[in-house]
Amino acid sequence: MDIKQRTQIYKNLGSFARKCIYGVLSASTIPNHIAFIMDGNRRYSKQHKLVDGEGHKVGFSSLMSMLRYCYELGVKYVTVYAFSIENFKRSPEEVQSLMDLMEEKIQGLIKEESIVNQYGVRVYFIGNLKLLSKPVRLAAERAMEATAKNSKAVLLVCIAYTSTDEILHSVEECCEEKWDEIKVLDDGKHEKDVISVLDIERHMYMAVAPEPDIIIRTSGETRLSNFLLWQSADCLLYSPSVLWPEIGFWHLVMAILEFQHKFCYLKKQKQA
Amino acid sequence: MPLSSHVLHSTPLDARSLLNMGVTEDFRRTFFRTTAKDNVMFILLWHVLHLILRVIYLAQEVLHAIQSYLITNGFVTTYQDLNLERVRYLAIVIDSDEARQISEVIQLLEWLSAIGVKKVCLYDREGVLKRSQGVIMERFSSAYLSNEDSKIDPILSKTQLKIEFEFVSISDGKEAVAKAANVLYNKYYLDGDTEKPFFTEADLSEALENLEPDPDLLLIYGPARCHLGFPAWRIRYTEIVHMGQLKHKKYGLILKAIHKYTKVKQNYGS
Repeated sequence: MDIKQRTQIYKNLGSFARKCIYGVLSASTIPNHIAFIMDGNRRYSKQHKLVDGEGHKVGFSSLMSMLRYCYELGVKYVTVYAFSIENFKRSPEEVQSLMDLMEEKIQGLIKEESIVNQYGVRVYFIGNLKLLSKPVRLAAERAMEATAKNSKAVLLVCIAYTSTDEILHSVEECCEEKWDEIKVLDDGKHEKDVISVLDIERHMYMAVAPEPDIIIRTSGETRLSNFLLWQSADCLLYSPSVLWPEIGFWHLVMAILEFQHKFCYLKKQKQA
Repeated sequence: MPLSSHVLHSTPLDARSLLNMGVTEDFRRTFFRTTAKDNVMFILLWHVLHLILRVIYLAQEVLHAIQSYLITNGFVTTYQDLNLERVRYLAIVIDSDEARQISEVIQLLEWLSAIGVKKVCLYDREGVLKRSQGVIMERFSSAYLSNEDSKIDPILSKTQLKIEFEFVSISDGKEAVAKAANVLYNKYYLDGDTEKPFFTEADLSEALENLEPDPDLLLIYGPARCHLGFPAWRIRYTEIVHMGQLKHKKYGLILKAIHKYTKVKQNYGS
């Protein structure tokens, strides 16, 4: 048996073993929406003495693996925190290399053999896209258009995103909507206090998906860093100490087991 | 797999792959039966896995209890010298059912006061703590604790300092943002000029009328690590730590959580 055949057999065995685990986990509720804060790429780079920026590339392949595991398991919505508005504060060289990497990977997403087409994933880019450079913004818009017909699963990539910016944007949209309604009616009646919580939730960038069930932040950090603050009221926050490029199948399994362990309580909170 | 390789040996490529799929389909059907939920073996394995998980949690509880005992009684001195300057504002989220045990809440606050925390924000979803405000404020209206209490609880033999409270519930979260949106709408659209206003985060912060700073550290007392709807605008960079259930609270673990927080280095995105 040569190396290629042996690798193929190990791959098949691995896939089979994973499917057995999925079978066991599926005996109870599988989370509908998992969000990831991909923290630890730079630390990984430093630890392994890699060139600046290599950590992000390794992080990207971790992301592809995690997406594969999630979609194989049957998780319908996956959100990832790719780039925060606060990250623009980093050095121009780092920001530019991140933007270049994102443009390259976004273009890769719409290729035939990508994971997005394999699992029928619709991609959304969530955030203040006007803050992105033109090539990245165009690539994102093209990817959203190309995957618009996919309906088996959803990937939400938070890029140029912060929760506070999302809430602010939603408030602006609500005000505009209510003002336009008045202009259309044009009956001189200017009612006060017309905006409700439901109006705000309707205009959020994340309104295209239900609230997350689990938010996984790697590197052991325990804060949310302005990510999904509004949507995480009844969400399990899970912080494994592993760095993002080192995250694997078993970390996902542990997160889901914890979710299932606390499911009754979380469901009760959601209904409250 | 041996069966399929034998079959593969003598058939052309297209038929080969079709046969391969057929074999694996049969295998899958036999092994996995119908859906996972109907498969007794999977359900059994699931229960075994969760039983193992419960044992692990139990072991963790025991370890935490031992650790807390060692810290509280001074056997471990690492956490005695806390840099409390870094914890300007501590928030506590308590599950509403657990918050009904006011005596437990008051004991927790007494411990925090003994540690030296000066400002505490108390949150529970349903507003149980808000309604018990009177009882809590009354307990902490005196600056020093009486001798009676120190005989019962050795932790309270330390001097208790005055502690400032803020009581928050779910109505201070999403509804407060809706209210702030209306404030901005009324101010800039209805009463303002015809030009489209430009809102910044500072405008929304102002409209939220919240004079308190963002908490530095948030301790959750409840069954799960979940912030239960704490006002979103205020926890951007707050460290969130799960402390377990209120009835099993441990003094030593609070010291440990605060100590860990004082060692955290945040980049704030940069």
